[in-house]
Formats: sequence, structure tokens, C-alpha cells
Amino acid sequence: MKLLLQHLNTPGYGPNINDYLHHGGYETLKKAIALGPQGVVEAVVASQLRGRGGAGFPTGRKWQLLDKKSGKPVYLICNADESEPGTFKDRQIIYKDPHQLLEGMLITAYAIGAKQAFIYIRGEMYEGARLLERAIEEARAHGFLGDAIAGSDYCCDFVVHRGAGSYICGEETGLIESLEGKRPYPRIKPPYFPAVLGLYYCPTIVNNVETLCHVKHVIALGAEAFKAIGTPNNTGTRIWSVSGTVQRPGYHEFACGEITLGQLLYDVCGGPRPGRTFRAIIPGGSSSKVLKVGERYRGKLPNGTPFDWDFTDIPLDFDSLTACGTMSGSAAVIAMDDSVDLVEALANLNTFYAHESCGQCTPCREGSEWMHKITQRMLQGKARSQDADLLLSISKNISGRTICAHGEACAWPTESFVEKFKEDFLNKAKG
Amino acid sequence: MDLELPESVLHAMEARIQRYPQKRSAVLPLLHLIQEHKGYISQKAMQWIAQRLDMQPIEVQELVTFYPMLHQKPCGHVHVRVCRTLSCALQGSAQVLKTLEKALNCPAGSTHPTGSVSLEFFECLANCHGAPVVMVNEVLHADVTPERLQALVEEIKKEIKMKG
Ligand SMILES: Cc1cc2nc3c(=O)[nH]c(=O)nc-3n(C[C@H](O)[C@H](O)[C@H](O)COP(=O)(O)O)c2cc1C
Ligand code: SF4
Ligand code: FES
Repeated sequence: MKLLLQHLNTPGYGPNINDYLHHGGYETLKKAIALGPQGVVEAVVASQLRGRGGAGFPTGRKWQLLDKKSGKPVYLICNADESEPGTFKDRQIIYKDPHQLLEGMLITAYAIGAKQAFIYIRGEMYEGARLLERAIEEARAHGFLGDAIAGSDYCCDFVVHRGAGSYICGEETGLIESLEGKRPYPRIKPPYFPAVLGLYYCPTIVNNVETLCHVKHVIALGAEAFKAIGTPNNTGTRIWSVSGTVQRPGYHEFACGEITLGQLLYDVCGGPRPGRTFRAIIPGGSSSKVLKVGERYRGKLPNGTPFDWDFTDIPLDFDSLTACGTMSGSAAVIAMDDSVDLVEALANLNTFYAHESCGQCTPCREGSEWMHKITQRMLQGKARSQDADLLLSISKNISGRTICAHGEACAWPTESFVEKFKEDFLNKAKG
Repeated sequence: MDLELPESVLHAMEARIQRYPQKRSAVLPLLHLIQEHKGYISQKAMQWIAQRLDMQPIEVQELVTFYPMLHQKPCGHVHVRVCRTLSCALQGSAQVLKTLEKALNCPAGSTHPTGSVSLEFFECLANCHGAPVVMVNEVLHADVTPERLQALVEEIKKEIKMKG
């Protein structure tokens, strides 16, 4: 089932407005304006759409949290920072179908009453930023941006804002600080929930690229038809980024729960390389807890259904991965086969998190650095038998004690790798 | 204070400032523009931006020291970035970096003394299905297998000659 990737890989389809208009582009914007802002919000609430940026927070509910009483301007920010290792889905839309994103943003901005919206795009996507600028010019020339949008009395403008190579700018309050021209130090919540005190301390909605595109499809299809895609509480589709040691890495869109992790890895991506078997799978971006091949997942889903799964049986949706003790996160699957040194894999991630911690909170700043140093030392033949427990103790002392979720993001890889593959870590000490 | 920037760049900067409800938001775009034209961010540039945006110079400097993409020293004419993160590491990016260090005679994390080229290990470039990934200036090269790496080395050397 394809919604977001319907057209962009069709031969001849380009990132220009004519190709987009040719496929019904901006018709949904007109439909949204006919519905009125309240109608759009209600549809998105009813659709049960959940955010695709990482946390899976219900989009409609987030919009309803907007402080409308303050009288301050409302802002919309598109989070196009895409820097969670393993994730490359937003890039496809930005580079190949930017107007789909603009239309989703326009409908969202209209619904929440924003007159200005920002696209915060990671700095390394030079061409992506240019394509978006061009798309904005085209949309403006066609009367879809600026004053009197699509003949209505609604006006709105978009600004493309480039980051400069820092992962923490993807965290929504770090992003806001960065957009204000400051170091991207995340803000403490409460009180700084963006919907109340966001950009310039005004009510602000931050949504991911993929989420904003989904908004367009909610309105195009209608909430009921959209809700019929996927499963209850896991509606719509998701784009899965697959990388690592699989035969055919790539990105694939499926309805939530349409296929299992096993089908994605073996049928869609060709399975492990010849002569290899999978050993560890990261299911939702580098910050999600790793799955160990061979372990079983048992329990009850939020709707009460009992399950007993192997990693290949896990349906690809939000709730199933959460029920297995991990998360769908940014829907980035990184596969590792039996040739991979898992201590080395964790050391690689720990280097990333130590580099990207903004340094405000001691547990995250120091803990990520210690985990980085210990795992690097283990690779240099200087592992000690107590390292595994030391790593666990550090990681468990970070989560829940920091300003932003980078604390969990840096702790969970270590916690899960060491807990599930303890023998690999102990063996390093034996030489 | 004069940064000796072409009129067109000054224009682009003013247009940038106008886009934001508060002018301080234009600090990153201005830093990007200056780095594009000067190759790096000088103390003078930071002071200039601070003056234009009503900031303290230290408030500009603390951004330059924070963001990995901003440099206080000139970068090589050709800037090569190799992705270091997990998906690329699993496809041999460490070897790619080693080969490039040798071929370009430039240790990772440094700029060649002639200023021709800089080589850097960089974090995930959001193109992990094309691992290993190498960026040459603004262009991303995916699936840089050993065979394709040789061709890329030749391309980089050609670019160095052109810009040098
Ligand atoms: C360390 C960290 C990095 C993040 N990076 C991104 C990112 O690159 N892109 C993104 O959309 N969300 C990212 N997020 C999540 C955002 O904070 C935010 O939840 C999201 O943009 C909300 O959009 P959604 O509701 O549409 O999912 C990150 C969060 C954390 C804690
Ligand atoms: S948890 Fe880490 S990244 Fe987040 S604010 Fe604290 S130090 Fe910064
Ligand atoms: S890990 Fe190299 S592009 Fe993502």
C-alpha cells in the first residue's frame, strides 16, 4: 500500500510543480480550505494519525494542545533534520516530491492558523534545500503560497532554514533554539512544550516531514478511509528505511501492520548475504533497543490480544514493536549478520552519541563519553571482565535523568546490546 | 568594517534577514553564506554578523564552535566527507577512509598543507541504503565500493587540479 511514495519513483516524475499538479497536486489544499481549519483538525484527530518523527505522538492531539488563548502568532515547523542513524525516508520526499511536503505543510498551517512556517533541513542536504526553495517559488507563482492562497483569504509563507551538522537540532526544542539563532540546547518540558511556548515563546507545532505528508492524505481520503489503512491506533502507512548487512538495502512503504519484520528483511530486502544469518536487528533507528535473533517476545497488545513471536513475526507498526520492548522510532531497520562484531557495532553508535550530546546534562554528557571510551578500549584488546556490568550501570543511570530524550537515545543501545549479547562483551575480556 | 563580499552576497544576506520575525534567526544563514564565499568564518566575520544582528560577538562564536559544519580555518578547495556511522561502517567505510587518506596524502581530520583538499570522517549522512557514502563538496556519492572508490579518487584529483 503506497500513499507517500505513489508517484516519486515513476519514470519521468520530477520534483517540479507541473508533475505534481498533473497528479492532482494541491487539490487537497482546496478541499482543506473548504472544510475550514476546525474541520481539518477534526479529521486528523479522527484519523488517529501518529507522528513519524520518532515518538509516535498522535498528531491531532498535538495540534489540539496549541495555546490559542495567548493571542501570539502561531508557527509551524517542519522537522527535516533527518539525522537519526539508519534513517533516509524524509530525504526521498524532499528530493523527489517536495510539493507533496509543501501541500501537507500548507494544510497543517491552515488548520492551526499559522501565517509563517519553517522547514528546518539538515545542513548536508544542500540540493534538498535548493529544491525546496525552488518548489516554494513555484507554489507562490501558482497562488498556493503568499497572499490569498488558492483564492481564499488565507495567507502564509514558508522559509527554508538549513542546519549545520548537529544531531540534537532534530530534537524539537533544540531545533527551536537553533532556529532562534542560539546553540541548540534542548529546553526543559514543562514548561517549554512547543505547543505553548515554542518558537520565540509562541505556540508552535513541530512535525516530521513524513507526518506532514500524511496530513495531506488524511484530508484527500477522508478520516474514515485513512483509518481503514493499517490497524486501529496504527493507521496509515510508514516508510521503512533498511540498511546494514542485507542483500538489498532500500526504503519501502507499507500500511502499518501490513507485513512483518521477517517479511521486510527476507522477502523485500533479500535476507542476509549468502552464507550468513542475522544476529541482531535494530528496528527503529539507532536509538531503539536492538532485537536479538532467537529471543521470543510474549505478552499482550494494548487491545488485549496475547502474542508469542519470533523476531520475524513482529508486525511492522507502532504498538507491536513497543510490546516487544523496543520501538518503531524513525522506522529505520539496521540489520547485522553473524560476521558483525557487536561490541564494535555498539562502539560505533557510542561514538556517535558522545559526539552529539549537547552537554547540558551531566548524565548524558559524561555517560555518553564514558560508554564511548569503554567500548573503544574494549576494541583495543584492553577489555575487562567487569566492563559489561559497568556499561549497564552507566546506561541505567542516564535514562530518565536528563532534559531531553537524547539521554534515552544514548543509553538504550548500550543497555540492550549488553543485556542481550552479554557473552560477546565478556568474551572480549577473555581475548 | 568591510568583509569585502560581492554586492550579490550582501544582497542575499539582507534578503535572508528580512525573512525572519526576529533577525537573530538569520545568524546561521549568514554564517553559511560567508563560509560559502570565504571558505571559513573569521573573527572579523563574527564581529560583522554580531553588529548586523545586534548580537554579542561571543554569541556568534559559540555557534561557530558548536556546529560541525562551520569552520574557523579555511577548508580545502575540495572537501571530502566519509560517513563513519553504523550502516556505512558495516559496509567498510573505515577502509574507504584509509584508502582516501593514502590516495590524497591527507590524514583524516586535516587539510592538506597546500589547501587543496580536506578529509573528514562525518556522522550519518541519511543515505544509509547506499553505504558506504562519501560526500565531495556538496555532492553525495553512494555505494562507494573498492572499484568505485578508484574512480572517485580520480574524480577528486581532477577537481583538486581544477580548483587549485
Ligand atoms: C535526540 C533526538 C533527535 C531527534 N531527531 C529527529 C529528526 O531528525 N527528525 C524528526 O522528525 N524528529 C526527530 N526527533 C523527534 C522530535 O523531537 C519530535 O518529536 C518530532 O519532530 C515530532 O514530529 P512528529 O510528531 O511528526 O513525529 C528527535 C528527537 C530526539 C530526542
Ligand atoms: S539529554 Fe543530552 S542532548 Fe539532551 S539536553 Fe541533556 S545533555 Fe543535551
Ligand atoms: S550510516 Fe552512513 S549514511 Fe547513514
